[in-house]
Amino acid sequence: MALLDKKSKKAFSDPLMSNNPISLQVLGICSALAVTVKMDTAVVMSLAVIFVLAVSNTVIALLRKMIPGKVRIIVQLSVIASMVVFIDLVLKAYFYDMSKQLSVFVGLIITNCIIMGRAEAFAMQNGPWRSLLDGIGNGIGYGGILIGVAFFRELLGSGTFYGIQIIPDSFYAAGYQNMGLMVLSPGAFIILGLIVWAQRLIANIEEE
Amino acid sequence: MEHYLSLITKAVFVENILLAYFLGMCSFLAISKKVDTSIGLGFAVIFVLTITAPTNWAMNKYFLQDGALAWAGFPDVNLSFLNFIVFISVIAAMVQLVEMILDKFSPTLYQSLGIFLPLIAVNCSILGGSLFLVEREYTLLESTVFGFGSGLGWLLAIVSMASIRYRLRYSNVPSHLRGVGITMLLTGLLSIAFMSFGGIQL
Repeated sequence: MALLDKKSKKAFSDPLMSNNPISLQVLGICSALAVTVKMDTAVVMSLAVIFVLAVSNTVIALLRKMIPGKVRIIVQLSVIASMVVFIDLVLKAYFYDMSKQLSVFVGLIITNCIIMGRAEAFAMQNGPWRSLLDGIGNGIGYGGILIGVAFFRELLGSGTFYGIQIIPDSFYAAGYQNMGLMVLSPGAFIILGLIVWAQRLIANIEEE
Repeated sequence: MEHYLSLITKAVFVENILLAYFLGMCSFLAISKKVDTSIGLGFAVIFVLTITAPTNWAMNKYFLQDGALAWAGFPDVNLSFLNFIVFISVIAAMVQLVEMILDKFSPTLYQSLGIFLPLIAVNCSILGGSLFLVEREYTLLESTVFGFGSGLGWLLAIVSMASIRYRLRYSNVPSHLRGVGITMLLTGLLSIAFMSFGGIQL
């Protein structure tokens, strides 16, 4: 397997769990939480981030020897911004309702710290193939948490999963109520806090 | 006047850019460990938001919007797809400019805000503010007031969090929850507290 030697594999698999971008590197939370009220917006957002991260990482890795150190931030930003414009236009053209729901948060992928962070920390030092894997790995690690938060918020907040009702009507008849707090912003903070806690407990990572 | 007061109250309390829209979380989590650095960064955010909001409003109005280029003789041109790229460049350029002006005219202020200014270019609340004012179709004055109010709201949130974290040093938090975990839970509680401002009407 020359394609997936040990280091490349590590670049891909580390961010999934033991070095997760959201819960351990604490990057990219800005745009993550606002789109997690429902599963479908979270899934679309995750796919968009995976795409932008993979492409921008590869492009920056290809260009890394040509980018002068002083202007690298601007070069990185313009590569990322062009990818985000592309995603935004695709969403507007084919999934107009979704693009209305995501509103400004598609644009905010530009300032998502994960993407800048990976470009700066990984793609500037590594080859394109490894950077692509790193981008996809980080994207999936990010998407996993996003979808996890959305799963709980949708289940507890509206009793549905991907728009399909999960909590049976008999529960509601017996007096069960949806948790209104989950649909509001505090719900996202609390769920994410608990997920971070659980993940650090499993991976046994402590912070001082 | 009342209209602007209500806009500012809304931006600071009801729709706090950090606690309701989650913008600027990264620097919020990283910087809120210390009270004085939080205050410094908070003022830098107010400053940059108040400047970039009207600038980006003007960019949008006179260059990007559908038909905005009518003054230059191109009434059919719609450049609004370029807005992300233009906004982020304006923000980066403004930050650089502010840094140079401060360095020249107010070295003391530069000393205190200096290290935070480059960080701000990639703070989501700045770009978010610009994108919101386009989406909500604010006027020039409304944009400026909204930018200032959002910055003030951000300052309030980060300074309260820094003070809470300062007091937290003496409490016994479960070891795996320390750091980000507990900060997220606290932000959740702070956000609930801010929701109680929801009914305010001026």
